[in-house]
Amino acid sequence: MELALASAIGVLTGIGIYLLLRARSFDVILGMTFLSYATNLLIFSAGRPVIGKAPVLKDGVATTLAHYTDPLPQALVLTAIVIAFAMTAVTIVLAMRSRSDNHSDHVDAHEPEPPAEQAAKSGGDA
Amino acid sequence: MNHLVILPILIPLLGAALSLFIEHRRYGPKVQRTVAWASMAALAAAVALLFAQTSQGQISAYLLGDWPARLGIALVADGLAGWMLVTTLLLAIACLLYACTGWDRRAPHFHALFQFQLVGLNGAFLTGDIFNLFVFFEVMLIASYGLLLSGGRGLRMRIGLHYVVFNVTASTLFLIALGMLYATLGSLNMAEIGQRVAELPPSHLKLAKAALGLLLLVFCSKAALLPMYLWLPESYARAPAAVAALFVIMTKVGLYSVLRVTSLWFDADAGAMSGYGSDWLLWAGIATLMVGALGALAATRMSVLVAYLVVVSAATLFIAFALGSAGTISAGLYYLPHSTFAAAALFLIADLMRRRRVQADRRREHELSAVLPSRTVPGLLFLIGAVAVAGLPPLAGFLAKAALLSAVPEAHTAVVWGVVLGSSLLVIMGLARNGIRLFWRVPGDDDAVIPEPEPVDAPARPFETAATCLLLGYVVLMSVFAAPLMRQTDAIAAQLLAPDQYLHDVRGTAPQVRQP
Repeated sequence: MELALASAIGVLTGIGIYLLLRARSFDVILGMTFLSYATNLLIFSAGRPVIGKAPVLKDGVATTLAHYTDPLPQALVLTAIVIAFAMTAVTIVLAMRSRSDNHSDHVDAHEPEPPAEQAAKSGGDA
Repeated sequence: MNHLVILPILIPLLGAALSLFIEHRRYGPKVQRTVAWASMAALAAAVALLFAQTSQGQISAYLLGDWPARLGIALVADGLAGWMLVTTLLLAIACLLYACTGWDRRAPHFHALFQFQLVGLNGAFLTGDIFNLFVFFEVMLIASYGLLLSGGRGLRMRIGLHYVVFNVTASTLFLIALGMLYATLGSLNMAEIGQRVAELPPSHLKLAKAALGLLLLVFCSKAALLPMYLWLPESYARAPAAVAALFVIMTKVGLYSVLRVTSLWFDADAGAMSGYGSDWLLWAGIATLMVGALGALAATRMSVLVAYLVVVSAATLFIAFALGSAGTISAGLYYLPHSTFAAAALFLIADLMRRRRVQADRRREHELSAVLPSRTVPGLLFLIGAVAVAGLPPLAGFLAKAALLSAVPEAHTAVVWGVVLGSSLLVIMGLARNGIRLFWRVPGDDDAVIPEPEPVDAPARPFETAATCLLLGYVVLMSVFAAPLMRQTDAIAAQLLAPDQYLHDVRGTAPQVRQP
């Protein structure tokens, strides 16, 4: 399980960073989402994942850590998921607005064009 | 338990909730402003009382949820937290005054977002739990996205996208660091981590170093240290003036976190981790200072110039905190509110002048060369602000820099003196160049080709000038009362350099009701 979890985190992070560095705002948002998945798994694994044990106290089970899984990372993941979800929504709205205002989904709001066209375009904007 | 500790978070939270209820047009701006100011007055009272306690050297821990500090979330009010809270409060009063002259009606949800921003700032200064610090960072940032973008379009959307993506990525790194930190140390309470870092077994040292390094990297990116400062000038220069002035404190939150973490975790007793990262921070601060000063010299718009001045002041503070002696930390803490107020005042002045020039000459609003109609009052304000931010006598910037330079340890004297003084010279040149082009240009002296427009007399709204005067008044008062304030920062620096009391007080706070 360690290998599966670790490689899943690694692959997700790799995808996230690659997409984050691309020049289209949609790709960047996807990259941020992948990174947040990787982060959530990482935080989850920080509590040493154990199989088949509850995070909350149960009747009839001794109250030592050996019989439970660590509940704190699960609470942290919940917070992280909520924040990442909200931020994705904000970024999507922002990217759509930027695209409709600036007529481009490039992260710099204009296409990297030959110098002549670029000059003409910036002249038109002003 | 001292319930005063949570009030600086609760009051703006309630104020924000109330602001949301009265947003409808039928209530009108008067009601909204009344609520905002009532909340601000209550906050001022709470912060004043809390500061009176913390300035006596008292450290009060507040257990949210009544769990012991090592398990649950704790708020901690010590000298540094009190100092930062007062700075935030004074800045926020001036920003709100400025915004209430009109911007708050153009930007939807302004008052609610403003109060949420205060929740995030105050929470970040008060919390004693590193994950809770992340949450308050997010509260602060989410409010800042709203403040930056509401009422904007076009170019500001592009800048906003950069700002949001950068900060979300930094927050993701923050989470990764926290996950690794919890995995190696098993706690998220700052005092508890401070204890455990000192007792770390050698086998865990490398992982802990990686996690803590990542954490410092995140704080540095929020505070605009060298490779990570690129987002700052454009987004601050494009933000509405009242918002840009409030954002000046946000870079200081990153600095606060660096100071808190390094003083608490990497102190002299921390064994292998003692002094971790301080060399690196010092050199990055020096490089940032040089780049920021060059940026200030090269700026062609005044708001960009001021944004680079924010970078310069953050870099100066990095140097002060990275040197880590009582003298430099104390000088840095004295410099922090001063540079915040001065930079915020300059943002407001830049906006005053830009708007008046826009009215005088619509075609050339973004150039420095458009003619300003009447220049006595803004000229004087600019002069005071420039003298303050450049660190010229007689204002507090000079005292702070003199205190910093005199406290620099022998080994670093040549480099730090050279860079701080050289950057001050560049900043003075940049400011002088701007001032000359803005205020001393007589209409029609060198561009006779373009017919001069009739100067339109567009007097600034009196409250805007009042807000700017208020910020500059803080600066002047800080210079007048330099001795008691410096005694206070000395006490705070001494408290920071002896973290045992902090660790003891936080760990020793017992739950009120809960029996473990």
